[in-house]
Amino acid sequence: MNVDSIQNGVVIDHITAGCGMRLYSLLGLGALDVSVALMKNASSKKMGRKDIIKIDADIAIDFDVIGYVDPGATVNIIKNGKLVEKRVILMPEKLTNVIRCKNPRCITSTEQELPHIFRLTDKERKEYRCIYCEAKAGR
Amino acid sequence: MRNLIDIVDLSTGEIEELIAVACDIIAHPDKYSEACHGKKLATLFFEPSTRTRLSFEAAMYELGGNVLSVSSSSSSSAAKGESVADTAKTVSCYADIIAMRHPKEGAALVAANNASIPVINAGDGGHCHPTQTLADLLTIHREKGRFDNLTVGFCGDLKFGRTVHSLINALSRYENIRFVLISPEELKVPSYIKRDVLKKQGFSYVQTTDFEKYMPELDVLYMTRVQRERFFNEEDYLRLKDSFILTPARLKRAKQDLSILHPLPRVNEISVAIDKDPRACYFKQVKNGKYMRMALILKLLGIEVK
Repeated sequence: MNVDSIQNGVVIDHITAGCGMRLYSLLGLGALDVSVALMKNASSKKMGRKDIIKIDADIAIDFDVIGYVDPGATVNIIKNGKLVEKRVILMPEKLTNVIRCKNPRCITSTEQELPHIFRLTDKERKEYRCIYCEAKAGR
Repeated sequence: MRNLIDIVDLSTGEIEELIAVACDIIAHPDKYSEACHGKKLATLFFEPSTRTRLSFEAAMYELGGNVLSVSSSSSSSAAKGESVADTAKTVSCYADIIAMRHPKEGAALVAANNASIPVINAGDGGHCHPTQTLADLLTIHREKGRFDNLTVGFCGDLKFGRTVHSLINALSRYENIRFVLISPEELKVPSYIKRDVLKKQGFSYVQTTDFEKYMPELDVLYMTRVQRERFFNEEDYLRLKDSFILTPARLKRAKQDLSILHPLPRVNEISVAIDKDPRACYFKQVKNGKYMRMALILKLLGIEVK
């Protein structure tokens, strides 16, 4: 299956198969009025199967979201049909307003204006905790 | 400016400094009686408390300072829906330092992020209660003279008991501490504390539902209350509240120099008959709490008494 190459935009490649939809949703790509392609279970020499997202517009991408959902995915920035930047995305130390704290005892449950901030507390387990109540982020 | 939100905000060196100041206050109270003259402490208590609020207020009065007080959320602008952030900004205009208790976890951090004066967390829900831990540490220091080479038993509600989590965290920074965790199955220490604090740092610990088995080995026994306010379900509370009660009979096999601590208030988990036992330290602990709060207020206000 092929998707047309893009002239100016972003390709998120090497997404672990099955993580593409979550990334699509957390990046808010459904709300964009530009062409976006999400390919699931594409074949990959390195990974066997992978997901790919292509965005046909030069938009700012929140790398922290990618690093949280699927560290190791790559982001390719395309300008005038050429690859101008390639980045492997690592787990961010801090997440701001990417996920929400679900602890009903947390101050964020009653104070709606507060930013939901999580800190990486265990890299091996990919574990993030709310900076306010230290509740673990649900994945 | 610094705040105290979690006990781990303080290094072991800073804790020792606070203990040294608290001991100096105990020895020479007159020296400190005007140390905070002209300074105001705002005690913002949005959750019921007797001990902690009075302790902070007594601490400030004994330092010669003044106190502004909010003693319940219903008597403050919080009842009108004011945010913690706005309350902290407003109170910063009136006072020099804030001590805040709030039912929501993380409220003290929000206050500290917004206040322009130091904020002390006087309890944020089931999360942290660092000044209680300072009281616990001063008590252990005064009773045992050390923080290392101790077998410390924790008994009761080890799941929701914030004072237990904070004290485990604080003690885990010292050498050769052995933890004995005594609780019903439903109220065991959360797994993240066992994993991140105890196992990670190689501490020896045992978990048991048998109250008496390890009694002869304990140097310190930290009793806790099963807290009604931490349960969503009243039935669970009623079923577990009388799980572990310390009686003179249960103390028979304990060491003669055991120190029994409790953050108080007590319901019935320590029999009143134990109050006369020289090993009972929980009322001394209350007094120690005041001295540590005095030392902390001085430190956060940057006041040094020669």
